[in-house]
Amino acid sequence: MASNVIELKHVKKIYGTTIKTEALKDINLAFEETSFTSIIGQSGSGKSTLLNIIGTLDRPTEGQIFINGKETSKMNKNELSTLRNEAIGFIFQFHYLLPEFTAIENVLMPIRISKQKVTDEIIKRANELMDLVGLSKVKDNLANNMSGGQQQRTAIARALMNQPKIILADEPTGNLDSDTTKQIYQLLRKINRELQTTFIIITHDRKVAEEADRIIEIKDGEVNVDVTNQQYRQKD
Amino acid sequence: MLPLQIAWRFLTSSKGQTLMIVLGISIGVSVQVFIGSLIQGLQISLVDATIGNSSQVTITREDDTEYIDDYQSITSEFLNQYEDIDVVSYAIDQPGTLIDDGETNPVLLRGFDQERSNAIYQFDEKLIEGRLPSTDNEVIVGDVLFEDMNLAIGSSYEMNVVNIGSVMVEIVGVYDFGVTAIDESWMISNLGTVQSLIGVGDVVSRIEMQVSEPFDADIIMRGLQTDLGNDFEVTNWKDQNADLLSGLNGQSVSSIMIQVFVTLSVVLGIASVLAITVLQKSKQLGILKAMGIKDKEASLIFLSEGFFLGVFGAIGGVSLGLGLSYMFTKFAVNPDGTPVIDLYIDPQFIMLSAGIAILAASLASLIPARRSSKISVIEVIKNG
Ligand SMILES: Nc1ncnc2c1ncn2[C@@H]1O[C@H](COP(=O)(O)OP(=O)(O)OP(=O)(O)O)[C@@H](O)[C@H]1O
Ligand SMILES: [Mg+2]
Repeated sequence: MASNVIELKHVKKIYGTTIKTEALKDINLAFEETSFTSIIGQSGSGKSTLLNIIGTLDRPTEGQIFINGKETSKMNKNELSTLRNEAIGFIFQFHYLLPEFTAIENVLMPIRISKQKVTDEIIKRANELMDLVGLSKVKDNLANNMSGGQQQRTAIARALMNQPKIILADEPTGNLDSDTTKQIYQLLRKINRELQTTFIIITHDRKVAEEADRIIEIKDGEVNVDVTNQQYRQKD
Repeated sequence: MLPLQIAWRFLTSSKGQTLMIVLGISIGVSVQVFIGSLIQGLQISLVDATIGNSSQVTITREDDTEYIDDYQSITSEFLNQYEDIDVVSYAIDQPGTLIDDGETNPVLLRGFDQERSNAIYQFDEKLIEGRLPSTDNEVIVGDVLFEDMNLAIGSSYEMNVVNIGSVMVEIVGVYDFGVTAIDESWMISNLGTVQSLIGVGDVVSRIEMQVSEPFDADIIMRGLQTDLGNDFEVTNWKDQNADLLSGLNGQSVSSIMIQVFVTLSVVLGIASVLAITVLQKSKQLGILKAMGIKDKEASLIFLSEGFFLGVFGAIGGVSLGLGLSYMFTKFAVNPDGTPVIDLYIDPQFIMLSAGIAILAASLASLIPARRSSKISVIEVIKNG
């Protein structure tokens, strides 16, 4: 059986001190290596909160998160930074490319942050990633001089650059048209197969969600549905 | 270095804003360079006018009716031990009255060791008519006295000294020191003339010196006073020009004040602009942090921005300041074409101004640098 790359135990998140919003209530989840999971749920149900906590961008009010078997609540800011740099790739609804840099420079950014030397081999890998996301032609464009879809694909290549075990994506195609959305999900699945990367993707799109191996629905800060693809289709 | 490169890209991607800050720093630095050079130049020419052609350290006898007879050995034994003493000269002075056609005028007959004293007073340059005295009883007089008494070169006149007698002196030349007090009273001759008038042997009344660091004259004075003991009195120009010195001091202080305030306004300007930059770049900072950049490195981006701005501001400011100074010496001129004030371009001072600008800009960026570590990824993602 494949091992769990992410585990959440009794995770709670309460926002605010005077007016308390309980965004997450006692979440227990585990994600296997190389799994492809989609998270669905109504607006305000707590999906982003969950993903941000998994990605160590936010801390839970209670509970524990294990990434690669290591508990993250005991880590300091710098250790978390290193963990994120090495183990997690983020894709957000907005691409967040640095407009001052070219596409390929943006893709190389995680390597530069990790202080690795940008060797020929690494540049080769960056170029291969640009190929993979179909952007070889525009890789030397400044980030702003690309279309929305190209920017988002660049952000995907960037998330993959450090060969992280985990990719966390929060509505990665929310700003894109349906054709581009389809292309990007095909791309993510391909990466999942070829690079053995674990994916957790938040989406509003039922069709997209149905493509995942596992579907989790969050409702009012709790796991409402947690099923395999087959079970999900049968339920409909 | 990634933070440096990011800083550079941030600066070059908003060229207009960057140029404005650099220009701001440049103007600040140029004001510093110009005002500093102007005031230093002013001070140097003032000091030079005051002490350039006069004794800076002087030895006399404590009892001023006595003379110094061992002046040669004082020089060889003590004065030559001081590396900072550039020139040593001897003088013997005797006040008296110059008489011409019943007209009398008080004068100070000054016998100088001609060769040595020329190094201090530059008589050869001050001479406007005739020649320098070469033998006993030849004198030169100032242009004011010369005109007042209608004297003539080549003529002999009687000089009378109370209780001692009179001597005939021949005027061989006229000098102009440009200082009325001197030009109307000094009659300059050699040691022998005055010594024989007074009827003393080979003695002098003053040993006069110029030193390489005029502002250290008081230190040399104290050293000499210790060497020579209580029979002698050593004085220096600073004691005699306290007013000038306090004036110079006030000028220096106001110059420093100007520089402090200019620096302060530059610092505030940079700090506020960079603080806005942090907000402008919060998206970039957010994603960099999500990708694992550490707070320290994120701060370093803004420190580097400050440093770069400081460096370019300093370069621009020094160029602008030197340009301004050059224009000043070309356009603010006397009728004869010489500059009103000779600016003093001190490379060390300019380096200091540049250094302060770089330091100030870097310090100013500490505030935005600190602010940058407070930016949270979550906030950035939410406000997308
Ligand atoms: N910083 C915050 N302070 C207070 N409450 C917050 C904060 N962030 C989120 N919340 C609340 O937590 C709950 C969950 O928010 P979250 O952003 O996780 O929802 P979501 O499922 O991602 O919604 P959407 O689909 O609209 O993105 C919401 O009720 C929201 O109002
Ligand atoms: Mg959300």
